[in-house]
Amino acid sequence: MKLKIALFSVLTATLSFAAQAEAPGGKFAGEAEQMFRSSFKAENPKYWMKRLDQDETMKTCGIYRDNPPRKIGEKLEKLNAATIRYPVDGKLIGDWKEGEKLAAVGTGGHIGFIQPDPAGRVRGGNCYACHQLAKKELAYGTIGPSLQQFGKVRGNSEEIIKYTYDKIYNSNAFTACTNMPRFGLHSWLTPEQITHIVAFLIDPESPVNKD
Amino acid sequence: MIHRSIQSLAALAVAATFAGPLFAQDSKVADELAKYREALADGNPADLLEVKGESLWSEKRGPKKASLEQCDLGLGPGKLDGAYAALPKYFKDTNKVMDVESRLVHCMVTLQGFTQAEVTRQWYSKPGKESDIEALVTFIGAKSNGKPINVPATHPAEAKMAKMGEYIFYRRSGPQDFSCAICHGQEGKRIRLQDLGNLTTKDGAGTAMKTWPSYRVSQGAVWTMQRRLIDCMRQARWPEPEYLADSVIALETYLQKTATGTVMETPGIKR
Repeated sequence: MKLKIALFSVLTATLSFAAQAEAPGGKFAGEAEQMFRSSFKAENPKYWMKRLDQDETMKTCGIYRDNPPRKIGEKLEKLNAATIRYPVDGKLIGDWKEGEKLAAVGTGGHIGFIQPDPAGRVRGGNCYACHQLAKKELAYGTIGPSLQQFGKVRGNSEEIIKYTYDKIYNSNAFTACTNMPRFGLHSWLTPEQITHIVAFLIDPESPVNKD
Repeated sequence: MIHRSIQSLAALAVAATFAGPLFAQDSKVADELAKYREALADGNPADLLEVKGESLWSEKRGPKKASLEQCDLGLGPGKLDGAYAALPKYFKDTNKVMDVESRLVHCMVTLQGFTQAEVTRQWYSKPGKESDIEALVTFIGAKSNGKPINVPATHPAEAKMAKMGEYIFYRRSGPQDFSCAICHGQEGKRIRLQDLGNLTTKDGAGTAMKTWPSYRVSQGAVWTMQRRLIDCMRQARWPEPEYLADSVIALETYLQKTATGTVMETPGIKR
C-alpha cells in the first residue's frame, strides 16, 4: 500500500512537472529568438545563415526541451517518416567497408571565419562520436546506445535492414526529438552512403558483428 | 523500509547495467584522462599569460595614455578580486548586461581611447600573434581564483538575459539538428573519449565554468569563454556569432547563474 502511494506520488509529481515546465526562455522566448538571429556577422553568406532556420520538428523539440508530450511526438514522427527517400536501385544494404570509414569521420560541414573546413572536406556519419560499434575501436562516445553486434542480435531480415536505413535517414521518424541527427533529411549523407553504414551495422562480416 | 529496498533495487539495476568489461574499459579511459590532466596542471602555460595580463592592466596605453586600473568590472573601479566570478552583470552606465570581455573592451575604449575595432581585431590569438584580450582576461580571471561564482541574476535585466540564454541552450538548428542540450543536457555522457558535463545542473555547469579561462592543449592557446562558446556554435555547424554578441553573453549568464556557488579554479587546463 505504502509502495502504491509512493509510486503514485512520484507519477503525479512527474506529470505535473511535465505540464507546468515552462518552455525555455519563458516569456522572453520571442525576444531571445530575435536576439540570437541578430548576433551574426553581416558578412555571413545567406546560405550559411539558412542553417539557423528551424523546421517544425526543431522548433517543437526546443519548446519541450526535447521531451514532447506523446501526442505531439507522434505527430512529429509521422511528419518525419514521410520525408524518407530511398536509393534509385532500391538496394538498402551497401558495402560495410565504406560504412566503416564513414562511421569514423567526424569532420566536414564546419563553416565560419575562424576554423572552417577546407572546401571539399569529406563529411561522415561520425557514428563513433556517440555509439560503440566495432569492438576494436575504443574511442567511442556514449550519448547513443551501444550498437556492438547490432546485426548479430537483430539478424538481417529485410525488415531490420529497412528499419536501420530509415533510422539513419531520419531518426525522428521513430523517436521525436532524439539527439541523433537526421542524416538523410539534411542531405548530410547521400542515400548510397547510408546504405554503406547499414551494411557496417548488419553485414555478418562487418567488425560490428564478427569480432 | 520499502523506500530503502526500492533504492537498493535501483542501485542493483544500475550496477548490473554497467557491470562487465564495458564499464571496466570506460573507467580505465577516464583514469588515464585524469592522470593526463594532473600532469599538465603542474606547469600551466596560462600562468605566463596571466603575468603578461597583469602588466597590460597597469601599463599606460592608448591615445589617452591611461592604464586600466580605474576599470570598473562590477565591484567598483580597480576592484578585481572576485569580479570575474560575479560576471555577467548589469551595468548602469551602459544599461547593458556585460560579460568580462565586453566590459574590458568598454574600459579599453572609454579609459584608454582605443576604438572598439582596434581592441577587438585580435580578440583571440593565432600562432605567432598574441591577443591582449586573452592575457587580460586570464589575469582578471585568476583574481577570482578560490572565489565562488556569484551570478544570482537578481536584477531584472540579468534575469531576462539568463532566460534568453536558456532559450538558446535548447534551440535546435543546422544540418545536424544540434542544440547545446544535445551534448550537455544529460549526466555521465561522453563524445568519443571526452567527458561531457550536464550544464543544466549546478555541478555540471560549475565544473565547466570554474576553470575558464583555460589553456587548451589541443589548440596551444588560452581560450576565453567567448572563444569557447563561439567555437561550440562552429562545432554545431552554425555560422559564428560576432565577438561580444548578446547571444553569447546570454548563454554565459545562463551558465554562470546555474553554476553559482561553485568555487573558481582558474586558469584551467583542458584537452
